[in-house]
Amino acid sequence: MTPVPLEDVFLAAAALFVVLAIAMFYRAVVGPTTQDRLLAVNVLGTNTVVILALLAAGLDQSWFLDVALIYALLNFLMSIAISKFTVERGGVL
Amino acid sequence: MIETLRFWAIVVLLGLGVLFTFVSTVGVIRLPDVYSRAHTASQTDTLGAGFALAGVAVAFGWQHAAVYTVLLLFFVFITNPTAAHAISRSAAETGVEPILAAEGEDGNETEGDAETDGESR
Repeated sequence: MTPVPLEDVFLAAAALFVVLAIAMFYRAVVGPTTQDRLLAVNVLGTNTVVILALLAAGLDQSWFLDVALIYALLNFLMSIAISKFTVERGGVL
Repeated sequence: MIETLRFWAIVVLLGLGVLFTFVSTVGVIRLPDVYSRAHTASQTDTLGAGFALAGVAVAFGWQHAAVYTVLLLFFVFITNPTAAHAISRSAAETGVEPILAAEGEDGNETEGDAETDGESR
């Protein structure tokens, strides 16, 4: 009834998100300030969470969603921690 | 019938998610300073991830994985604007100057800046 299987739709969307995440690496590499790089890595983390959820639906492995939940938590903690460190100590190291 | 409807709902939701993430990626690569990039980067967190995760939740249907997906969506909605705000605030406190309209090519504020420059000299 449907023109293509539903799993292929999810895998194609995950492939498009991977392409967009690779394009986002440009800003993470050349970004002039630390905050530019941090912002790009934060968006990359969100893209990773979405890719994990799409793979969980496409491959029918619902335990990928647990990994995505933990990844979203760690991504948030990383952004907050690095932005605090850059203000109070002038850098991560 | 209901399967076809669900299929096209999922296709539309995933297409909107990919579209907004594409717009956000173009913005992060091409916009001029940190603050405008932060504005367009939080778009991928709310609209792009929101539509894509809603598509995943519709695909799972009534089972516990859909509850996980909605929880993930709620969590992404709460944490990512907070992270974008923290990044922008750290940029402001470490002295990154925003590009204002007064530095552009036209406008009244440019004349005002020229007057204050003349007074300071």
